[in-house]
Amino acid sequence: MAAISREEVAHLARLSRLAVTEQELDRFAGQLDVILQSVARVGEVAADDIPPTSHSVPLVNVLREDVVVPGLTRDEALSGAPDTAEDRFRVPQILADEE
Amino acid sequence: MSDLIKLTAAELGAKIAAGDVSAEEVTRAHLDRIAEVDGRVHAFLHVDDTGAVEAARAVDAKRAAGDKLGPLAGVPIAIKDVIATKGIPTTAASKILEGWRPPYDATVMTRIRDAGMVMLGKTNMDEFAMGSSTEYSAYGPTYNPWDLTRIPGGSGGGSAAAVAGYEAPLAIGTDTGGSIRQPGAVTGTVGAKPTYGGTSRYGLIAFSSSLDTPGPVARTVLDTALLHQVIAGHDPRDSTSIPLPVPDVVAAARQGATGDLTGVRVGLVKEFSGEGAEPGVMAVFRDTVEALTKLGAEVVEISCPHFQYALPAYYLIAPSECSSNLARFDSVRFGLRVGDDGRNSLEEVMSLTREAGFGDEVKRRIIIGTYALSSGYYDAYYGQAQKVRTLITRDFTSAFEKVDVLVSPTTPFTAFELGARTADPYQMYLADLYTIPTNLYGGPAISVPVGLSEGLPVGLQIMAPTMADDRMYRIAAAVESTVGTFTPPAL
Repeated sequence: MAAISREEVAHLARLSRLAVTEQELDRFAGQLDVILQSVARVGEVAADDIPPTSHSVPLVNVLREDVVVPGLTRDEALSGAPDTAEDRFRVPQILADEE
Repeated sequence: MSDLIKLTAAELGAKIAAGDVSAEEVTRAHLDRIAEVDGRVHAFLHVDDTGAVEAARAVDAKRAAGDKLGPLAGVPIAIKDVIATKGIPTTAASKILEGWRPPYDATVMTRIRDAGMVMLGKTNMDEFAMGSSTEYSAYGPTYNPWDLTRIPGGSGGGSAAAVAGYEAPLAIGTDTGGSIRQPGAVTGTVGAKPTYGGTSRYGLIAFSSSLDTPGPVARTVLDTALLHQVIAGHDPRDSTSIPLPVPDVVAAARQGATGDLTGVRVGLVKEFSGEGAEPGVMAVFRDTVEALTKLGAEVVEISCPHFQYALPAYYLIAPSECSSNLARFDSVRFGLRVGDDGRNSLEEVMSLTREAGFGDEVKRRIIIGTYALSSGYYDAYYGQAQKVRTLITRDFTSAFEKVDVLVSPTTPFTAFELGARTADPYQMYLADLYTIPTNLYGGPAISVPVGLSEGLPVGLQIMAPTMADDRMYRIAAAVESTVGTFTPPAL
């Protein structure tokens, strides 16, 4: 299995929305390489005819009666938000002014 | 130090119900103990003195009014900080959730309150339950009451240390790859991972959804069973919850305590026969197996050839699920927000927030998971790991056609010193070598203390078929009846 490079770690961090530092990149690249080389052993055993198992419990969609039940109030839902305005979540600006 | 803190939960419940002691006295004794020792142990991230005394008084009022109390009414309990508790800070030991107070209770918490139990506070853990030593908490490590220079296991090190250090008679942990059993083993406490789906995950801050299982921690098998009975059972709010009756684990623990295992077939996992394990751990394990035969059990060696691939499969599956689950920490609806000064885009605010809010181990696993799920690597990593999960399940199914339970040491080594494994994450992962197969299969498993190696506790792991939780309690109680319980040195 291919080793993981520092550049790949940087790319994966971007995909994961993690603004990792240069020092973290250096550290993670070495550690992740060891981990991935070790876990690559899973490729040794499972043949094509083995079905994958994603879950130990057979999952079925659970439906309930269409009855109105109390949920969180607006205040409760907003209680943990880092910022709110006019009873809504306030999110950082997405579009620049000129757009 | 009050004698009350040395009593078992079963004894405390009985005394409170009989009016020999009030729930408030019991609660205050434990709060006093926390005040006395937690500065050194650091089992708790938050202690709710006021709420605990109020809850205890409510139990005392009910008793005074003539209400019949349940077996654990008025008994204090510590809750792992990954369980949502309404109005009480819940951080999963992460900076990204610092100060968050959930607007709702987890189902496990609701059941604990309904049973009249008294929550003392929230226990320390590895951040988002990722770790094997409680050194990855953003709020500093927990120390093992047996030796304060050593780790209490992880990720539920706070829960195990609170119970081992007599700060609480009972605690709740969560077990994704061994996070109840491994801390149990290294702190000399009993920790059980119920059947996956036997206890509700509603209100658990998700790490790896197909593996996470809340479960009990205590100092005796009977106490563990009593708490198991309180929290287990179908929950319509969790689609993975199993709609079947809970096996009577309390009756099983009482039956096992008679010490008779005649007719029970116990399987010794051949692949866990000691390679890489400490000799002292293996010596205690061999003595315990001999004790099982003296109790009447028939012990046979069973091969589970794919167990050796459980650790690699787990360290692909769990990070993959975590990379998806932790995407919710995006700086918008709850938790931390960093860089929102108008100079950064939304995406930059998310990245800066997650960089500041997550610790190293969480970042490592998010990156591994993103890698394992990415195009081009999915089949080689995640897909293969899911196939290994099938092979491990087949190993268990085949084994349980021949034996009633499987046994192994819970951990390959006793509590190591703080800092000994943090520089090498893969070495840390080896702490969960023996506990992980059960999580991939979904069945129940328990760790029960069986002896000491160089003065530190060693645990026996008992693994049972899915929904046969009662069977493992019976055998655990029988083992306990013959080896006794183990008390740490005075703190």
